[in-house]
Amino acid sequence: MENILFKDNVAEIEAYFAGGGYKPLKKALGLKPADVIDEVKRSNLRGRGGAGFPAGLKWSFISKDAEGPRYLVCNADEGEPGTFKDRELIRKNPHALIEGMAIAAYAIGAGHGYIYIRGEFAAEAELLEKAIAAARAKGFIGKNILGSGFNFELFTHRGAGAYICGEETALLESLEGFKGQPRLKPPFPAIKGLFGCPTVINNVETLAAVPAIIEKGGDWYAAIGNGKSAGTKLFCVSGAVSKPGVYELPLGVTFRELLEKSCGGMKAGKRLKAVLPGGSSTPALTAEEALAVKLDYESLAAAGSMLGSGAVIVIDDSQCMVKLLQVLSRFYHHESCGQCTPCREGCGWIEKILNRFEEGRAGRNDIDTLYSVAEGMMGRTICPLADAMAMPVMSFVKKFRAEFEAHADGKTCAKAP
Amino acid sequence: MAFKLTEEFKTRAEKICAKYPRRDAALIPLLQEIQKETGYVAEEAMDALALLLELPYSRVKAVVTFYTMFNREPTGKYHLQVCRNISCHMAGAEGLLALLRAKLGLAEGGTTKDGLFTLSSVECLGACGSAPVMQVNDKYFEKLDEAKLSALLEDMRHGRLQH
Repeated sequence: MENILFKDNVAEIEAYFAGGGYKPLKKALGLKPADVIDEVKRSNLRGRGGAGFPAGLKWSFISKDAEGPRYLVCNADEGEPGTFKDRELIRKNPHALIEGMAIAAYAIGAGHGYIYIRGEFAAEAELLEKAIAAARAKGFIGKNILGSGFNFELFTHRGAGAYICGEETALLESLEGFKGQPRLKPPFPAIKGLFGCPTVINNVETLAAVPAIIEKGGDWYAAIGNGKSAGTKLFCVSGAVSKPGVYELPLGVTFRELLEKSCGGMKAGKRLKAVLPGGSSTPALTAEEALAVKLDYESLAAAGSMLGSGAVIVIDDSQCMVKLLQVLSRFYHHESCGQCTPCREGCGWIEKILNRFEEGRAGRNDIDTLYSVAEGMMGRTICPLADAMAMPVMSFVKKFRAEFEAHADGKTCAKAP
Repeated sequence: MAFKLTEEFKTRAEKICAKYPRRDAALIPLLQEIQKETGYVAEEAMDALALLLELPYSRVKAVVTFYTMFNREPTGKYHLQVCRNISCHMAGAEGLLALLRAKLGLAEGGTTKDGLFTLSSVECLGACGSAPVMQVNDKYFEKLDEAKLSALLEDMRHGRLQH
């Protein structure tokens, strides 16, 4: 099928416009905001950042009667290890994001929008600045857009190096000029978000899908994919495959098809051992589980994992699962914002225990300690960072226990059979 | 060392502040501007910025120390930031780091005596499809291997790389 997001040669505004770009914005501006929201609801578009929350429903939480300013924020703080789709989407098709934001802003009545982009993406932030300026010059952003009377100002805002700012309320804190520590909910951002005002926060990929939905209709989009998992998804494949990269495919595609058809199979001489199907925070699947699973929200949940951000990390049999978990634990320990005790302490304990395994100082009892620390972190913190550490720990221990035992028995870095 | 914000900086700062309904939201972008100019964020710069934005110094310091991209000390001309997260790890990031440590005689966090290189290991840079990845100042270098990295290092040593 034809790609919706990943299109070639549309990075410049002239080419995007020539291909029908910004017509959906004009169409949306001729509809009532509530009708735009209904169209997106009908499409079954769900959040592509990781949580999978229905986008239209999220927009509808902004009260029609709310007084004062409202804000639209794009989450481009792409930081989940294994994820690299938003960067490529911004490079390939920046105007789909800008147009999607203008449509979303009209739907929720926001006069200002910010694209919060991770600090390391300096080149992409500059590219977006230029694209926004080009859109403004053509009257798609700014005052009285296309003569409709609707005003929308759009700015970029660079992060400064903190994984936690991908969590939407930490992102808001950061955008306001504070440390990125997540807020207690409720109140949810739709009630009290950026600068205390009603706010919608959506991922880059979510917003970039909006113009096509307005152009072709929610029913058209809903028919793509696999039932409740509608539309296409950008799958980011990294690891020992022949052709790693970002692939746009309908939700519900099998992992096997993604691996064999899109990625050209495993690299020569490498055998599949495990897959983290939705980023480093999602529970691992064994090779057998992965080869039987469809990649969509429901199928992955049924298989005991998550679609997450669509970051498919492919692990081959030359990799040591204990070592990989140590790498991840160092990351989560480093990125814990320190606000909640179970996360701040738990991530550190887990890293320390894994260091013992890697340095040959662990005993078999440490395996259960590791598991119980992770269990004690789940669901006990303000934001899901603690869960994001706990889920890989619990799944690695459950599914690859023999490797932990081999380490405890002094045979470090045992390879899989 | 006395640190004074120039009039030119203050004019630019007003433009950045105007993007937000509250001036203090410009704190992080303004710290980035300072770092772009001086290579790091000195204590005196934090103080000057706190005065400019009418914020307590503690707020500025809290932000600077929370975010990893702010350098509190000068770095070398080339800041080598090697990703060590899962996809880069599987693609050989540890070997690249070991090579840099050996060639530069540095541990992570260190700067060469000639002021040319600072070495850091960093977390996921969001370019996992072209692992292993290293960021030099603002620029990404992808699909690296030891040969490419050695050649890149030579280019930097001889000033052949734009920075």
